[in-house]
Amino acid sequence: MIRVENLSKSFDGQPVLRDVSLAFVQGKTNLIIGRSGSGKTVLMKCLVGLLEADSGQIWYDDRDFSSLGFRGRRLIRKELGMLFQGAALFDSMNVNDNILFPLNMFTNMSHKEKQQRVDFCLDRVDLQNVHHLYPSDLSGGMKKRVAIARAIAIKPRYLFCDEPNSGLDPPTAILIDKLISEITSELNITTVVNTHDMNSVMEIGDTVAFIHRGALWWTGSRKEILHTGNNELNQFVYATELMRTIKPETRP
Amino acid sequence: MKLFYHIGRYFMLLWIIVQKPEKASIYRRQIIVELDHLGLESLGIVAIISVFMGAVVTIQTAFNTDHPLLPIYAIGFATRQSIILEFSPTVISLILAGKVGSRIASEIGTMRVTEQIDALEIMGVNAAGYLILPKIVASMIINPFLVVASMFLGIFGGWLAAGVTGVVPLGNFVYGILFEFDPFDVFYALIKTVVFALIIASVSGYFGFYTRGGALQVGHSSTRAVVFSSIYIIIFNLILTQLLLV
Ligand SMILES: Nc1ncnc2c1ncn2[C@@H]1O[C@H](COP(=O)(O)OP(=O)(O)OP(=O)(O)O)[C@@H](O)[C@H]1O
Ligand SMILES: [Mg+2]
Repeated sequence: MIRVENLSKSFDGQPVLRDVSLAFVQGKTNLIIGRSGSGKTVLMKCLVGLLEADSGQIWYDDRDFSSLGFRGRRLIRKELGMLFQGAALFDSMNVNDNILFPLNMFTNMSHKEKQQRVDFCLDRVDLQNVHHLYPSDLSGGMKKRVAIARAIAIKPRYLFCDEPNSGLDPPTAILIDKLISEITSELNITTVVNTHDMNSVMEIGDTVAFIHRGALWWTGSRKEILHTGNNELNQFVYATELMRTIKPETRP
Repeated sequence: MKLFYHIGRYFMLLWIIVQKPEKASIYRRQIIVELDHLGLESLGIVAIISVFMGAVVTIQTAFNTDHPLLPIYAIGFATRQSIILEFSPTVISLILAGKVGSRIASEIGTMRVTEQIDALEIMGVNAAGYLILPKIVASMIINPFLVVASMFLGIFGGWLAAGVTGVVPLGNFVYGILFEFDPFDVFYALIKTVVFALIIASVSGYFGFYTRGGALQVGHSSTRAVVFSSIYIIIFNLILTQLLLV
């Protein structure tokens, strides 16, 4: 469970997040949706401390992240995995070493145990025989899957994914969504996913929070999202012809 | 004002860098990797420049000290002193600031703009320490070796020039090379080298680490790393020369 209370953030006097309060539930895939530039990435970076919020509090279960110093934060970060919008694999290492890296850094496993864990994680994201490849040799979807494998290598309690399926073809996008959702319930972790893809919302959105111009506009489940009277959210949900064809008549 | 901001942030970064490493074995392994990247890969350029500069210094000294009151061995002596006291520690460090400094800044800068540093931080790794400390340590270990190699090769270049051009008889030249040799001179040169190595790796690491933006800014950072490392080397050369020789 992660809780955010009254989070605000501005850049050079320009507010990007306005007084956001939100909770992310353990064992569920929690989605943050919103249009491009609405502040999803900034919100996620504030959650993990890559950006410093101007005001507000962030709780990891019963630990107040915002009041911790960098040593205390480092302890929480060891329980946390993140998938960046651009995958952020280490260029200088091959796939195997990328996934080994957190294991080498933070565990005292034997060499054999570590290699087994790497193989397990790669298998989990449905990748075989890529150990020796470098990130520049991988396709976009493969990079994201390797990044997921790296993020789950040390069994995180909290998983953050920033646009895990942007730029991928629909079957691969769904595959990655499903993967994140399965891992979440398997490991019973708290997962937060940024997306602007309505397919993801309908596939894996256990809880959905809609951010509009930096403010929390709406929260609910993926079932409720089709029947909301909220104007901005409706524009977002029914932006495509495809979605409009399944639009239920809300008003007689 | 901007200057004080940078100096303050530079020392704060140094403070983060020297925090206790998560796992010493990983840092040790990184140091070995960097010894290769930053040291051995520079050996070629150091060798070429040293041999040629040694030759040029000898020929120049020979032509400019053509005076009946000056003994001929003075040419060898002056060549040795120039190479050991200034050329090898300072000029070679400036060359390394260009080669190694730009490499460090662009490597770390690229990791910054592609969020690889964020990925490290998220894992709970001290990214600044992990990326910069091994480079500083490796430079401070390997640069003295490069400089000692440069001293030998520079003097060798001078000897070669003397032999080939005949501007000075080899016997006199070698006598001058060995004339009143004081090991403190080498010690002084190595102290300077170690300080310059610290400057090159930490200043370049600083500019790389605080890169913002994209590929263009990585280029800017690497240029700035070279410019500022060179400036600080020149300034500290003056300060250390005053402190150690006077
Ligand atoms: N470092 C920064 N400095 C200044 N402004 C920033 C910075 N980072 C983000 N912003 C601004 O914050 C706003 C929200 O950006 P953010 O990256 O969170 O959008 P997003 O919702 O993730 O969009 P997308 O779906 O396109 O990724 C944008 O207007 C952006 O210009
Ligand atoms: Mg974003």
